[in-house]
Amino acid sequence: MTLRTEPVVVSIGPHHPSTHGVFRMRLTFDGENIVDAEPVIGYLHRGTEKLAEERQYTQVITLTDRLDYVSSMTSNQAFVLSCEKLIGLDVPDRGMYLRVIASELQRIVSHLIGVGFFLQELGGFGGTALMYAFRERERILDLFEMLCGARITVSYARIGGVFADAPADFWPALRRVLDDLPGYTDELEALVFESEIVQARTKGVSVIDPVLAVNASLTGPVLRGSGVAWDWRKAAPYDVYDRVDFDVPVGENGDNYDRFWVRIQEVRQSLRIVEQCVVQIEPGPVRATDAMLFRPPPGEAYVPTESPKGELGFYLVSDGSIAPYRCHVRAPSFINLSLFKEMLVGWKLADAIVSLGSLDFNMGEVDR
Amino acid sequence: MYGLGILKGFRVTLKNFIRKPFTVQYPEERLKQAPRFRGQEFVWYEERCTGCASCAKYCPLGIIRIVTDPDGGDEQEGGSYKIDVFDIDQGRCMYCGLCVEACPYDALHMGSTFEGAQATRADLVITMEVLKERPKHPSTWFRPQLEQAGVDPFGGAPVEWEDAGREAFAWHPKRLQAESKSGPEGSPPASAEGSPPGGGGG
Amino acid sequence: MGGPTGGLEGNAFYRVVYGVVVEDLGWEPWLAYLIAAMVIILIVVNGALALGTLYTWFERRVLGRFQGRLGPNRTGPFGLLQPIADAIKLMFKEDIVPRGADRLVFSLAPVVMLVPTLLVLAVIPFGKGSFLADLNIGVLYIVAVGGITTIAVLMAGYASANKFATFGSMRAVAMVVSYEIPLVMALLGVTLLAASMSVVAIVEAQHLPYLLVAPLGAFVFLTAISAELNRNPFDVLEAESELVAGYLTEYSGMKYGVFMLAEFTNTIVAGAIFAVLFLQGWQGPGLSWLGSQVGFLSFLDTGAVRQIESHAWFLAKVGLFAFVATWVRATLPRLRIDQILALAWKVLFPLSMLNVLVLAVEVIVWPEPSAGELGIMAAINWAVAGAAIFAAARLVSLSTPARGLGPVAAVEAR
Ligand code: SF4
Ligand code: SF4
Repeated sequence: MTLRTEPVVVSIGPHHPSTHGVFRMRLTFDGENIVDAEPVIGYLHRGTEKLAEERQYTQVITLTDRLDYVSSMTSNQAFVLSCEKLIGLDVPDRGMYLRVIASELQRIVSHLIGVGFFLQELGGFGGTALMYAFRERERILDLFEMLCGARITVSYARIGGVFADAPADFWPALRRVLDDLPGYTDELEALVFESEIVQARTKGVSVIDPVLAVNASLTGPVLRGSGVAWDWRKAAPYDVYDRVDFDVPVGENGDNYDRFWVRIQEVRQSLRIVEQCVVQIEPGPVRATDAMLFRPPPGEAYVPTESPKGELGFYLVSDGSIAPYRCHVRAPSFINLSLFKEMLVGWKLADAIVSLGSLDFNMGEVDR
Repeated sequence: MYGLGILKGFRVTLKNFIRKPFTVQYPEERLKQAPRFRGQEFVWYEERCTGCASCAKYCPLGIIRIVTDPDGGDEQEGGSYKIDVFDIDQGRCMYCGLCVEACPYDALHMGSTFEGAQATRADLVITMEVLKERPKHPSTWFRPQLEQAGVDPFGGAPVEWEDAGREAFAWHPKRLQAESKSGPEGSPPASAEGSPPGGGGG
Repeated sequence: MGGPTGGLEGNAFYRVVYGVVVEDLGWEPWLAYLIAAMVIILIVVNGALALGTLYTWFERRVLGRFQGRLGPNRTGPFGLLQPIADAIKLMFKEDIVPRGADRLVFSLAPVVMLVPTLLVLAVIPFGKGSFLADLNIGVLYIVAVGGITTIAVLMAGYASANKFATFGSMRAVAMVVSYEIPLVMALLGVTLLAASMSVVAIVEAQHLPYLLVAPLGAFVFLTAISAELNRNPFDVLEAESELVAGYLTEYSGMKYGVFMLAEFTNTIVAGAIFAVLFLQGWQGPGLSWLGSQVGFLSFLDTGAVRQIESHAWFLAKVGLFAFVATWVRATLPRLRIDQILALAWKVLFPLSMLNVLVLAVEVIVWPEPSAGELGIMAAINWAVAGAAIFAAARLVSLSTPARGLGPVAAVEAR
């Protein structure tokens, strides 16, 4: 005689400690094993795309701050790049360098938080690694405050450059952060990536096949974790990425471990980029035009950028008026969720949480 | 292998155990804010404001309400409207600073505080009277003239309306004129270091 | 029956009370026994609970420092009154019993959780001659009573009628049942060495701490006890990142408080067990030892000083355990439930068997070992432990992905 068992459906979220915001998973369990998984999104829908259609181009920058709220700088940058293409503006060098410095610092912040939450989701109590990550993040946010007066909702980039040059005391402060960060990154790596428990938990779990990853249009560290060296900063360099030298780290197996490992390696690469930018940057204007109101010629523009989460781009259609006729956000977090089911089915609840974390998505961007 | 990685982790945590905590005991201690901090307590100079409503127009949320009296002011060139109402609904403000960036007469500046809790939403709307009475400690956000003058928004002397404007800035034509009359003291504009912000583009 | 034949004879406090009650006042001896026992129970139970509450504060402070922050520091000096503030807050919280819950079992579970914790204390010697009962099967008693807490977890999980709680309690049963075995085996090694199951005798037999003599046993014991305590890396029952709060999900108010108190007191009690079984218990050099060695300091070599310092040693050892437990919690992430079970059966069980085997041979060679002979044993055992852990790390891989259905197979199967 066999014991009759039946699957259990558990709704994880929208209020759950590790769903990265108001995200809901409908998981069907057979014992501890997941047999079905379904993502339920939309709890944070704010209609960003529609809001953008009734705001002037400059005003939309404030909306992009709130898309991926752990990485506002890159969202700003992605939006103004599309606008500049639409308008046909040339950005002064110093403006581009400042944007790249800010974006790379933001990438470090985003990845540090991603890795910090990684240990938290694996069950490290109270997020020890998270606190260490926050310590470094605070210092970078201090830099942002010097630059643009805000820590999270930065609105630093402007169409045609950045709104103002960095203050004089920014550069020594940046120097100090750049000097300290590699050591702390090593520490984080020793705590998280060398631990056998972490390796036992994450190696070989939720493997994404490279072909499947490409077919599902995954981008960013998730794609690179699967071993596909695809980075928009290399593939179609924007701003000054063609003038700096950096590597694109890729994983081997496409498992949870590799996805996070790629992130911590990218922190190092970002530091390299910032170091080079600090050397290369020269005095000059930072903004092509002081105008705040633009009437781009009718047409459309899309500039793909590499945000910490993946390919982020704003598809803008102009009808010649002061506001975009259509603004579509290609949000990496949302599209990276497309392999949700394939990643989770067959694994255990504990793995599901970590796999979800390895996508490092952000609900602000998923729901928009 | 062999649990050595785990031991490394233990070493890292022990090292941090000995390190000084990095947290700050608010409210006794405070973080050092940057002079560009975009905070509450907008600083508004009645004398400078012309009632042009550029700020209201550029606010992404449309939360600045300006009512001008068509008969009251002197609308001739160089004059200004008489302002009846100047409300900023801080309850909805996101401190993006676009209104400050848009103001062509440097009448509106960001403030530097962040502790503005009120009991009701209505109390969060700051009116012209409130704005007039507030101590004038403008943030240097988007105000290179204040940055150059070394204005400290946290405890420095209040900034008078004469000093808040761009005409006080080193490269301003009026200023240069005045200085060339008085003597060759004025240094040429160091515009290599800071692009002068223009007026509102409208 | 009835007479003072229990374990109190060796107790110093009992002797004092006996002297007053029986010899001075001429009352019945059982009265002396009753009075002494009641007073001691009062002190021990409240002391343990107070230590448990203090430990909540201690752990939060120390964890804070490990994470680069301060921890609670607002209520009272160094935040010492924080546990009291927490208790007051919990008392005023609404006590919710979910619809569909088994009310009786739901309310009973916290008590079932707390009581065995306190019962274990009966056989722990806190100082020289200071214990409630010197059971001749003390170690067995600890294991037996300590196992009851699992039932409380199961009760809480079942009665909550919550899926997260059920997950948590199911994991608890699977885990605790697996870890009882290496735990008992590790204790078996200790009883072999001391040739007694009485906890007091074990302490007195430790001329060298058994942590040094039987490192493998201590390792297995520590791992197994942290599983029993549901602490990192085995805290899968609560697993806040997966199960919200596991079996505690539906608890609120003081019921939750009692669970928390039991959990923290449990850690303290585990520390006490570790201290007596592996760290020489109350023994340790102190002022009285100095007094017995150095002539002019001989006034220090009195019974009172010995009493105080034996208690101090005991508390210090428990504190050390608490610190290490917190350190582990700050550092290690959780294992997955199948890896936890694999660790118990594939690693800890063979290691504990090996430990017992080696110790048994050594005990045949050196029955009733002296300090010197214990040193020789320690040397052998450390070598064995190193080799065994090395071999275990080589042979057993926990990272082999354990899955019910492969991802592809599962998708097709539906
Ligand atoms: S700071 Fe931004 S949101 Fe606030 S009033 Fe000014 S423009 Fe509007
Ligand atoms: S933009 Fe400046 S000058 Fe015009 S109304 Fe606003 S504050 Fe006054």
